[in-house]
Amino acid sequence: MLTFLAYIVLTIFLFGFLSRIFAYARSPAPLKIATTPAPTTRLGVIWRLVTEVLFFNSLFKGDKLAWAGGIAFHGAMAVVLIRHIRYFIDPVPAFFGPLQIIGIVAGIAMAGALAFLLLRRLVFERVRYISSRADYLVLILLLAIAMSGLLMDFVLRPNIVAIKTNLMAMWGSVTGLPPLNSLGDVTFLLHLLLVGALLVIFPFSKLMHAGGIFFSPTRNQVDNPREKKHVNPWAAP
Amino acid sequence: MADYHVPVVADDIKTPSLQTGTMAHLAPYPATAKHMDPMGFPGERVENWQQKGVEKLGELLKKYRSLQVYLDICVKCGACTDKCHYYLGTGDANNMPVQRAELMRSVYRRYFTPAGKMFPNLVNAADFDEETLGKWFTYFHQCSQCRRCSVFCPFGIDTAEITMAAREIMNAIGVGHKYSVEIIGKVHQLGNNLGIPKPALKGTLEFLEEEILDSTGHDVRLPLDQEGADVLLVAPSADFFSEPHIQSLMGYAKVFHQAGISFTISSYASEAANFGMFIGSYDQQKKIAKRVVEQARALKVKRLVVGECGHAWRVAYAFWNTLNGPFDFLDPRYPAPQHICEFTHDLIQRGALALDKEANDEYRVTFHDSCNVARATRMGPKAGGQFEIPRDLIRASCNHFVDMDEDTIREKTFCCGGGGGLLTDELMDLRIRGVQPRVTALKRVMESDKVNFMALICAICKAQFTKVLPMYGIPMEMVGGVHQLVSNAIQLGAKKGIV
Repeated sequence: MLTFLAYIVLTIFLFGFLSRIFAYARSPAPLKIATTPAPTTRLGVIWRLVTEVLFFNSLFKGDKLAWAGGIAFHGAMAVVLIRHIRYFIDPVPAFFGPLQIIGIVAGIAMAGALAFLLLRRLVFERVRYISSRADYLVLILLLAIAMSGLLMDFVLRPNIVAIKTNLMAMWGSVTGLPPLNSLGDVTFLLHLLLVGALLVIFPFSKLMHAGGIFFSPTRNQVDNPREKKHVNPWAAP
Repeated sequence: MADYHVPVVADDIKTPSLQTGTMAHLAPYPATAKHMDPMGFPGERVENWQQKGVEKLGELLKKYRSLQVYLDICVKCGACTDKCHYYLGTGDANNMPVQRAELMRSVYRRYFTPAGKMFPNLVNAADFDEETLGKWFTYFHQCSQCRRCSVFCPFGIDTAEITMAAREIMNAIGVGHKYSVEIIGKVHQLGNNLGIPKPALKGTLEFLEEEILDSTGHDVRLPLDQEGADVLLVAPSADFFSEPHIQSLMGYAKVFHQAGISFTISSYASEAANFGMFIGSYDQQKKIAKRVVEQARALKVKRLVVGECGHAWRVAYAFWNTLNGPFDFLDPRYPAPQHICEFTHDLIQRGALALDKEANDEYRVTFHDSCNVARATRMGPKAGGQFEIPRDLIRASCNHFVDMDEDTIREKTFCCGGGGGLLTDELMDLRIRGVQPRVTALKRVMESDKVNFMALICAICKAQFTKVLPMYGIPMEMVGGVHQLVSNAIQLGAKKGIV
């Protein structure tokens, strides 16, 4: 049952995400609209995008608190995700041993950053005004995922070894269910369902900023309109 | 003069507390059939306007990656909420860039996303109805497309792209803005925004030649439609008739004269401005810009130089090549097109001009970066040349230069409040409030550094500032072009020419 659900969720996520990305990639950029000063070479543009994605340069100029919360959340989530790879591979490389503690600290940081971002959204007048229910929902969902994860680390420990064995076997059977022998096991199921929910809404929500930023013409265009004719594909000849 | 509310100018730019609807009353004058018909836009609102509007949005989503991506990926982080000069000046929630874009995003969600179709209340989706259209017409004409918000957005979301799309959709259903559409009509009819016919233009240029002869004793020419000139100069038409614009025009002429490079103005393409951009119309931009290319060929010039005008430089620099290029019939040794500041700067570098800084000793100068030049173009080979080259020209022309607060210049510069097709009297209340951040920074250097001249390179900025600064008690004479300073300082005679 759960496997079946998982396949549906993954299909929706992958298909949805990729179809949005293809839509962005397919849509033409008729004119050069880079926000200047902009790099004058392709390499420069790659550097601009990489630093923008890693360090949130523009947001740093715009809003220091949002930047701090955003960097903390995304950075922590990246570490948490890397740590989670261990649940999907067997045998687990030695490298994951020392990562455990770092991952748990990152989990706490992630929940903290999310709480901060939620608080910021509630407290600051202008940010509160522009927030829709969906904006809160995404934050709350992410926070619930982080909290249920931490809960398993500190309070309700599920039988993770059994779960992993079970999960690894599950991918082949449509009817499989993880063990539900303790509150910890139930928490795990909840954690998994919340992640599934996040993946399902991903392609249909603002979470698409994850892939979308690479298609932002103001950031990904080379500033060379005089040197090289930029062709508008739909212009009449 | 009507009774306008002029905001109090504090020591520093302060973010106002949020209000709703403070500017809801200020919609621009609608265009009538007289203005819309010649553009191929419906003369009045079409019957099935809701359906047509949504269809047009769908069409634009397929034509503009910017629109498609920017409507999707905003995370509502709020970084832009205190960046727009109109928000800072009015406190109206819909003048926060994210909220302005939300006017279109809510419609986009309703008709183009599964979430908006199924859960409109959850995700803030709205029907394209009378109320929404009313807000569109009002608030998409309270954005000057200055792109300041796009600098601070973590994804580079550019509200100008959304405003342009909104105006294009409204034009497609017969809901146009009189000012912009009427002006485009004049360009097609007479070659320029001001509607100056050829005889009047000729008369003006002759008058200016006499004026320069009287004041300097030198026979500086301002030729019109002269075939075989080296350079076609394309200036904003305001340069021919308005103060202080005309001072810069005389400056350009002196530079050409002293460099020994022949140039001509074209009566057919007597306009650098291109309001096609303001209404988001690719076809209009192309058609307007085409006049310039046709004239460059007809007059057999080798180079194209563009005068002091912000959005005109954006269209020329970033779009001309795409719209009507390539310019392979021009002299490949020079950028095509070239900004008049690049042109003069290059001559100074090569030692072709002598400038007497003391001629401007009465001035303590600051520089206002015009939004389109700053955030949508470049000058010279290096990124950021659009900031350095005009400043270099000022420093070469006068002894006292000081910059305003760094958060209000270069890429963070504030719009003058009159750009994007909003330089019209019925929007005066908005223009006065929108200039407040710039005035705040200007007043500071006026007090701290005794600045008494704000140089700039945009026809719209010049027109806007000379009109609204006096309302803040700042004399209009304080504003002028960079080439006005060059004009004062340039030494005529003792001919050096090109080295």
